[in-house]
Amino acid sequence: MMRSVGAVLTVLVALVVIWYAAAVWMNSGWALGQAEKRGEVLSFSQLVVETMDQKRPRLPTPHQVFGELWDTTVEKKVTSKRSLVFHGWITLQSTLWGFALGVVVGILLAVAIVYSRVMELSVMPWAVISQTIPIVALAPMIIVLASSAGIEGRGVPKAIISAYLCFFPVLVGMVKGLRSPSRDQLDLMRTYGASGAEVFWKLRMPASVPYLFASLKIGIAAALVGTIVGELPTGAIRGLGARILIGDQFGNPIMIWSALFAAAILAGGLVILFGVIERLTLRRMGAAR
Amino acid sequence: MGSVISARDLSLTFQTNDGPVHALKDVSLEIGKGEFVSFIGPSGCGKTTFLRCIAALEEPTGGSLTVNGMSADEARRARAYGYVFQAAGLYPWRTVGRNIALPLEIMGFSKAEQQERIGRVLDLVELSGFEKKFPWQLSGGMQQRASIARALAFDADILLMDEPFGALDEIVRDHLNEQVLALWRRTQKTIAFVTHSIDEAVFLSTKIVVMSPRPGRITDVIESPFPPERGLDVRETPEFIEIARRVREGLRAGTVDA
Ligand SMILES: Nc1ncnc2c1ncn2[C@@H]1O[C@H](COP(=O)(O)OP(=O)(O)OP(=O)(O)O)[C@@H](O)[C@H]1O
Ligand SMILES: [Mg+2]
Repeated sequence: MMRSVGAVLTVLVALVVIWYAAAVWMNSGWALGQAEKRGEVLSFSQLVVETMDQKRPRLPTPHQVFGELWDTTVEKKVTSKRSLVFHGWITLQSTLWGFALGVVVGILLAVAIVYSRVMELSVMPWAVISQTIPIVALAPMIIVLASSAGIEGRGVPKAIISAYLCFFPVLVGMVKGLRSPSRDQLDLMRTYGASGAEVFWKLRMPASVPYLFASLKIGIAAALVGTIVGELPTGAIRGLGARILIGDQFGNPIMIWSALFAAAILAGGLVILFGVIERLTLRRMGAAR
Repeated sequence: MGSVISARDLSLTFQTNDGPVHALKDVSLEIGKGEFVSFIGPSGCGKTTFLRCIAALEEPTGGSLTVNGMSADEARRARAYGYVFQAAGLYPWRTVGRNIALPLEIMGFSKAEQQERIGRVLDLVELSGFEKKFPWQLSGGMQQRASIARALAFDADILLMDEPFGALDEIVRDHLNEQVLALWRRTQKTIAFVTHSIDEAVFLSTKIVVMSPRPGRITDVIESPFPPERGLDVRETPEFIEIARRVREGLRAGTVDA
């Protein structure tokens, strides 16, 4: 335990050091240019200082990003339009709706595919093709279609985009899971004269739970990406995706990076949450330890 | 009194990509009520296939087969038998108790009745106190006993067992053989038991069916002279050694002309 904590910390420190080094390297161009205009020559230590707190750095330093994160979460009221908690909440809501929709669609399609050869032949290729279309190309279309269908606001199209991304891992995992019972396990049910519904609820469903959780963890991360992509097209003003976009338009890399980090922290939190639910569920279902 | 299981000229040919496989050819056999019949023979001689035909998990391509006077499929739907697979096949997400409850749930027994039966069959296989354990917490032999308990939980009077102890070491197997024998005496069930072990076959059975492969058929049927009440020490008697010799010869004959 202590050793793994030590290892994780070492890696973290190494990443921060690399990050600072990269920031010095990437931001030095602008600093040198400024010095030349002023007719100065910078020593190395002066150069390092000059790259640490630029207003528009090419690569913001860790303390700038985390300073901004601190500023826009803890220091701001959560109702403020400048609070990342506010924007994160918008993104989270949409992610969870899209996730729920994607999971339901994924599971229903998986059941259909497992029970019907026709469905397998007709649905599976389209499901695969759907994932080869770049979501950035599709997102604006979904938004336009939704608004022309008279749906107000960004909530629904965003949820559809994230469902579009997350149904696929759920579909693939559940098909595999529902098919995981062995011939003996299925034959056992036949010897009892079990009905199709009983085979489904007492054998196929419980057998697929481990597969489902593996898919849910991929799916929730995909749903978050979908929501953020849905917030990117012009016009959005709320959500982490919109913050990235606005930061870009105003040439504010610190804002972009802090929004990115907020998104990553959100994704990590969701994946960890599902990991915990997975562990609790599987333990109740008799998984070893 | 009629036979519980009656097979006449039973054949089953699997159509495979490499041509037909004659898993069973003209197998005729009568199994009477309360008999303990062992099937022994080299790998691929159709022992499992024959058991699966009785269980209506496989459809014969020729001949006739009745189980309790009905067709095999009617017998399956009448829940005439309990089937014990080679791998214990307990559902890992259910406790031992819930595994035994599985057939009872499907057959619509009340909660109280389920509980009563779980207790009774666990007692029968000497696993009382393990009801709340998950399968991975049990040894291989205990899992196999739990799987037998599951097959005993509802009132099928036929027990079909496909190499239930094949994966266990000899000491555990000896012990389980004694238990199965005791269980058979107590419950008066008709048992069809597949094995690879000559000793196991001779020790357990009232009737030993020797089979040979390609095509799968019966080469010898040996009636055992031992009374139901027998201990492991019968294995030292001349009669036992004589029967074992006859089984071995039947097996050898089957492989020589194959
Ligand atoms: N579903 C199937 N499709 C095609 N061939 C099969 C099938 N099931 C069994 N066979 C073939 O039928 C023959 C008999 O198989 P079976 O499993 O009954 O043998 P067995 O006596 O139980 O062997 P073992 O001792 O190895 O369990 C084998 O040649 C096997 O390959
Ligand atoms: Mg077999």
